[in-house]
Amino acid sequence: MNVHHREWPPEGLTRVPYWIYSDPDIYAREQDRVFRGPIWNFLCLEAEVSEANTFRRSAIGDMQVVVTRDGDGELHAFENRCAHRGALLCLHEQGEAKEFSCVYHNWTYDLSGKLTGIAFRRGIGGKGGMPADAQPESQAPRKLRLTVFAGLVFGTCSDATPPIEDYLGPDISAKIRRVMRAPVKLMGGYSQMLNNNWKLYFENVKDTYHASLLHTFFTTFRLNRLSQKGGVVINESGGSHISFSIGDALSSKEYEQAKLRAAQDGFVLEAPEMLQSVDEFGDDVGLQILTVFPNFVLQQIRNSLAVRRVVPIGPERTELVWMAFGFVDDDDEMTERRLRQANLMGPAGYISMEDGAATGFVQRGVAAAKDFTSVVEMGGASVSSAESRVTEASVRAFWKHYRQLMDM
Amino acid sequence: MDIELLLKVQTFLARYAQIIDDDLLEEWPALFVETGRYVVTTDENFRRGFPIGMMYATSRAMLRDRIKSLRDANVYEAQRYRHILGAPLISPSDGGVLRVQSNFLVARIMHTGETTIFATGRYEDRVVAEGEALAFAERIVVLDSRQIDTLLAIPL
Repeated sequence: MNVHHREWPPEGLTRVPYWIYSDPDIYAREQDRVFRGPIWNFLCLEAEVSEANTFRRSAIGDMQVVVTRDGDGELHAFENRCAHRGALLCLHEQGEAKEFSCVYHNWTYDLSGKLTGIAFRRGIGGKGGMPADAQPESQAPRKLRLTVFAGLVFGTCSDATPPIEDYLGPDISAKIRRVMRAPVKLMGGYSQMLNNNWKLYFENVKDTYHASLLHTFFTTFRLNRLSQKGGVVINESGGSHISFSIGDALSSKEYEQAKLRAAQDGFVLEAPEMLQSVDEFGDDVGLQILTVFPNFVLQQIRNSLAVRRVVPIGPERTELVWMAFGFVDDDDEMTERRLRQANLMGPAGYISMEDGAATGFVQRGVAAAKDFTSVVEMGGASVSSAESRVTEASVRAFWKHYRQLMDM
Repeated sequence: MDIELLLKVQTFLARYAQIIDDDLLEEWPALFVETGRYVVTTDENFRRGFPIGMMYATSRAMLRDRIKSLRDANVYEAQRYRHILGAPLISPSDGGVLRVQSNFLVARIMHTGETTIFATGRYEDRVVAEGEALAFAERIVVLDSRQIDTLLAIPL
């Protein structure tokens, strides 16, 4: 594949070339090297396939995937492609099934993705059919290697992918376990269609610098706690990160004072119960955003919990699939709290709606600037954990992992 | 068939659309009762009994906060909607609460002039009389598709 005419800028990780967000050769290489490379792709919550004989569709980059739980309770994931002519096998987002049959010529598969039947393989009345030495199994849908970690289902196409906890590192593993503290109850989901390259969104989630600047909801309503502490933790590969902040602004004395000032200016929430939260994790961390390279976001904004899956649809289009969740032991009050706080997230989220717009603005802005680069120098050239969130360290660390996989 | 009631409901629903499409959003919360519910969800969530909303309000005060945030805090490109409404189906009144279902198509018109079909779906409403006027006790916006292009800033 001819991508060698594309050279990374000599400055290294503090510069990101704009051609990386639209070049079709880069996009094709990513499918091979990143998504089908030695990495773990998030596929779904285990709770989405909790029952025997159920499935849900997912993806690994462009590769269509079906995740199933078979009659014995075992999880599988395989490519959604018939061995015969390559048609999709599973045409529903999720549901119940005991087998899959391709609608085109009725070839059948069990829930592990194994080809179990070929219509008229031996012809009819001794005529037609397939030669005895034909090997249609050689083109069978690829089976993925699966791992379930803390209720999250990950899949990989590569034998070289390390065990999940080695891939994540100890910090990310611990902070995933922190949120996934009990059996999950699904609360529903939706998708946000982003008119930009998938990497622009993944950078956005890792970019702790933009949070209070782009999302002005908290500052407008004086909800930022001035002394709010937090930080950024980046794993060794660079691809996965956690950003967090301590405390819940609403319960602070500073907020009571700020509210008085805000009321004078007319910037006060009439229904602050929308934000009222409880410290369900017992560590006073009010916000934790966690990414796992290359497609997963785990969100805890107070009691609003969700997973987000980043699905590239083409070089300049991305689907962001959200699924909100709580825990099976939530009482009605907790459920209501999560639902109210869910106003903060998603395409209409008070502190997230701008993300989809901003990343689209970059895609449109750089359309004729392929040979320019972005300037990613907040926090210098560091790619390691930091106490300040006024840094782009985790963005640079993303590119470190990405370039290593892409060999560029 | 109570023609007068049908006309009254239809006018009420048309007024709702006019308030949004003509950017009279400060008047929007008053179309709900004080403890009115407003939820924007998808057909899949609705069918599977998932309670999540892209927007989720349980009082007029929360609706007013939504508009205030839209005006003063949230960042989005200038845009407006055009609602095309279907005829409402009214179920028999149950204790003074009308159950009303109606279809909608919303086009989004960006400041650039780009016009797209932004959303289609149906309203699942519970409507009550407040004095002479009608008001929503509940309006659930059930989107046919799970996909929202870029963002959902203005209510549907």
